[in-house]
Amino acid sequence: MRSTPELDARAGLDKLATYPYTILTWVDAGGYPISVAVEAAVDPAAGDALFAAPAGLTVPADRDVSLTGSHIRPQPGYGYDERRHVTVWGRVTSAARGQLRLTGDRAWGWDEAEVPFFEYSERSTGQSRKYFDALSRERGTPVRPRLSLGALTLRTTRLPFLTATIVPVVLGILVAASDGAFDLLSAVLTVIGASFVQLAINVSNDVFDTAQGADDANVTPTKFSGGSRVIQYGLVSFRQMATLATAFYLAAAAVGLLLLAIRGSTALLVIGVVGFVVGLGYTAPPLKLVYRGLGEIAVAIGFGPLMLLGAYVVQTRGALSWEPFVVSIPIALLVALILYVNEIPDRRGDARAGKRTLPVRFSQAAILGGYRLAVAAAYGVVVVGVVAGVLPIPTLLALLTIPLALRVERGLEPNYDNPYGLMAIMGINIQLHLFVGLALLAAYAIVLVVAAVAPGVPLFLGS
Amino acid sequence: MGTLPEPIERLLESALVGELTVVNPGGRPITYPLIPLYDGEKVYLTSSTLFSRKLEHIKGNPKVSVSITDPIAVGGRTDRATIQGDARVIEEDPHGGWERLLPIWEKKEPSIVYFLRSRIALPLFFERALIEVTPRRAFYWPDGSAAAAPVVTELGKEAA
Repeated sequence: MRSTPELDARAGLDKLATYPYTILTWVDAGGYPISVAVEAAVDPAAGDALFAAPAGLTVPADRDVSLTGSHIRPQPGYGYDERRHVTVWGRVTSAARGQLRLTGDRAWGWDEAEVPFFEYSERSTGQSRKYFDALSRERGTPVRPRLSLGALTLRTTRLPFLTATIVPVVLGILVAASDGAFDLLSAVLTVIGASFVQLAINVSNDVFDTAQGADDANVTPTKFSGGSRVIQYGLVSFRQMATLATAFYLAAAAVGLLLLAIRGSTALLVIGVVGFVVGLGYTAPPLKLVYRGLGEIAVAIGFGPLMLLGAYVVQTRGALSWEPFVVSIPIALLVALILYVNEIPDRRGDARAGKRTLPVRFSQAAILGGYRLAVAAAYGVVVVGVVAGVLPIPTLLALLTIPLALRVERGLEPNYDNPYGLMAIMGINIQLHLFVGLALLAAYAIVLVVAAVAPGVPLFLGS
Repeated sequence: MGTLPEPIERLLESALVGELTVVNPGGRPITYPLIPLYDGEKVYLTSSTLFSRKLEHIKGNPKVSVSITDPIAVGGRTDRATIQGDARVIEEDPHGGWERLLPIWEKKEPSIVYFLRSRIALPLFFERALIEVTPRRAFYWPDGSAAAAPVVTELGKEAA
């Protein structure tokens, strides 16, 4: 993949005509390039540019010369922006009044207003790989790009996204505690085991998305979408990532078996098996749920009811109730919406890789409507849950996050085709899930405190 | 005093951007806008491995030029210059070797230090090689116009 498209001469001349001066460059008799600023009359329709011959220098007619336009806007204290440049190559012939005419035959350039810098960089990862491969051959030993161990760990595992696991798991533990069931050791093991599950899913997603070409096809990844890209960047090998994913799955399985041994129940076994199938089948063949437009449902089930109910039944030794299920629904919807929004900038690369996500399948209007509906449902479930007496009244604290949801909703449409503008919206959308989770955690903390200090105070409507 | 005529040194020190031209295997000049960094003796440029095709060309043909042509990039100065020289790619340590030039780079582009702190976000951009240009000949246009012949200064032995 070329980092920037080669232009035809006409397109190059069109761009060159917008620069106030051009840089005439040729290779002199000594083999060195030489550049001279000239004022050229560029005529894209005629396919040429006319300029006065530079005094004291001989522009050769027997080889390619070039005209380059280059622009930056200085930003004191920062550097510069508005970078763009274009070069048109061709042969020079003599024209009237001592002028020279360059007839363009090819061109190349970059304009960050057309191809943002981050996309330009992403499109160029192949060139970086080529560089390191050549350097490795030259030195006879592998040379790779590097990151510090801490940064590489964060990037490879996408550790900050563990909130998607910790929120439902801790919520499940608190709901169980509010029902009078709490065991510290199994609670800690549940958080650890569930975290291993998510780390395994994060890493294995990169492995399977790379194997199926989705991450390579994506040239507009952001820090919230497009995978960790450590394989694409050559920071970690495919084999190392596969090994790491396996290690995380084994660690998760070991903790899961331990929990089954000490707090086992049929419900926990079923949740564990379904969680494993959904987690691995998210990107792995043959299920490839996310490739079939089922990613949101898989994520909603996995990081909503399964995580929350799993944590709950560990504490209650298999006893189930409606309350943890109902409170898991807003978490499920909002975590699915993280994926849903993150898939918007990935949709072109995903389509190229045959990944039929919802933003690939449906129109912008449908996707925006879907977002509004799902967010409204998340809040609606909390309200209905409270009114029905299933959820405690303090869970209405979650409604305090509605302004965040409105910011996401308002930011989606204007940034739908702007991956880098969408990045801030994706960040707020992730905060929305986190803050709703924290509000629900706070609600159950209040329930526990009230139960301890004022047991008679009713916290459920109708109680 | 450095190796280059004083006005050209001032241009190099003030230029936010210059143009590095290399020669590809077909003999065609290819021009890249880059930040020129000058240590009083040699001109340095850095290239991310992402945009390393220029390095391949330099390894194939070390004859290059660095020109300073944009009045906006040099604080409104109207003089212009082109330096021809022999380039060497320094790539012993693409991860950190280039950072020795960070102090003079930061003077021109202060934001680079901020971006370097966020290296995790753009790791390949900060895997870089240095391009060291030993000046051989300099062309100087005091008023920036190619209507007058440049002042040419010979600076040293050329590459074979």
